[in-house]
Amino acid sequence: MPRGELLKAPPAERLSPEELRRVFLQDVYALPEGERIDLCIQCGTCSASCPTASYMEYSPREIIAALRAGLLDRVLHANTHWMCTSCYTCTVRCPQKIKITDLMYELKRLGIKYGYTDKHARAAAMAHIFIDLTNKRGRNHETELMMRYYMTRPAAAMANAARGLKMFSQGRLPLPGTGKSIKGLKELRKIREALERIEAEKLAKEAGK
Amino acid sequence: MDLLYYPGCSVEYTAKAYDVSTRAVCQKLGVDLKELEDWNCCGATTYMSVRELVSHGNSARNLALAEKQGYKEMVAVCPACQTVLHKTNDYMEKDPEFAQLIRQGLKAAGLDYTGGVKVRHFIDVVVNDIGLDAVRNSVTKPLGGLKVAAYHGCMLTRPYGTIDSSERPTIMDRLLAALGAEPVEYPLTAKCCGGMVVNTETEKVVPVVAGLLRCARDMGADCIAVACPLCHMNLDFYQPEANKFLGGDYTTPVAYFTQLMGLAFGCSPKELGFGGELVSTGKLVAQYA
Repeated sequence: MPRGELLKAPPAERLSPEELRRVFLQDVYALPEGERIDLCIQCGTCSASCPTASYMEYSPREIIAALRAGLLDRVLHANTHWMCTSCYTCTVRCPQKIKITDLMYELKRLGIKYGYTDKHARAAAMAHIFIDLTNKRGRNHETELMMRYYMTRPAAAMANAARGLKMFSQGRLPLPGTGKSIKGLKELRKIREALERIEAEKLAKEAGK
Repeated sequence: MDLLYYPGCSVEYTAKAYDVSTRAVCQKLGVDLKELEDWNCCGATTYMSVRELVSHGNSARNLALAEKQGYKEMVAVCPACQTVLHKTNDYMEKDPEFAQLIRQGLKAAGLDYTGGVKVRHFIDVVVNDIGLDAVRNSVTKPLGGLKVAAYHGCMLTRPYGTIDSSERPTIMDRLLAALGAEPVEYPLTAKCCGGMVVNTETEKVVPVVAGLLRCARDMGADCIAVACPLCHMNLDFYQPEANKFLGGDYTTPVAYFTQLMGLAFGCSPKELGFGGELVSTGKLVAQYA
């Protein structure tokens, strides 16, 4: 996966483990009920409930253990958050009501921002293509998403080609290059730009403190 | 009854059958579905994996459009769309500062959203508003003898649990029973199908899909009913890989609950989008259409 395909803008400079911990907690505390992360009792209900925990380098419980041990950078290097299916089972079962799925999202965002996606380029690449498509059209375009993704994964493309063609012939996949954009594309762009500006201002203000 | 409808990207193409069957059953139930004009992608689980605020801003544009058109409620058929849109509502309600930021973003585009649009799933409206009595009254061809595993999946009830229990939902079982079908015990009903991760980590997540298929068969189901485009995709598309993993033939047709409703309401298979799936539903359709 060439870097340029994965990330248009180069990732921000890596943070020290202490800084990483601070930034992570700051973002998590900013989420509704985010401060509940402090209440983790390490019971492991999250890991036991997770459909993909057995494939994660660090289980959901271990994220908070690593955070407390000052080792969050290890988690960011791991595949953990990119194996999260966002099924929210951990979130609804946590006896301390910690929104673990939202922690996973935060890890993904930090990983992308600070360039920790080297080992998990596939899922991150898929996310970037999806965002590019929805920004350009206002809606997802499944054929283009898959075509752009499979360009980097020829073996997977081959394995799925026959089924893809069948779906295509059944009208379940749009022709590449077809599919119209929403009328409010300009609105969407204005919303995006305004919120990006707000985010940047917020960050600058915090950095100045 | 008027319903504001948020289709979502998947049902435009890959999950077309879900869209057409939803429209068909609404007609039978006397529900006037009005599509939200110029809706945009909710962002799914993907946009917020990269940008949080912008993701909610995009999602909020839909809510703003719904509010502008004077609606207090909007229904989605995709549980991910429903959860994402609901999450934007939830965050705006719980965090006034966050709500201010989102509104600032919307205002830059000449829009606004004050928080008055409730987002619900179609199955919730069918069972809890329209009611199972009305559903029973619309049945002309009961699905007698059809053993079906009602697979609820994750985001229909999680994380908010506004529709049903997050652990052991039964809303779809009750609906299918009202159609005359026989829902089987399905212990994995709320277990995740692997979501988007099946696409990027196929070899690791296929066992998750395989478990769902095997359980349905072990419990005696002839077919699996779903309420989510991604559940349908994973259970239907990846059956060859799942069978290889299981070392046996667990081939099982998968249908949207709305397609089964339509069959029971006497709609034609074509009206319900049957025939587009990878694992044939031919036998099922031939028996009940």
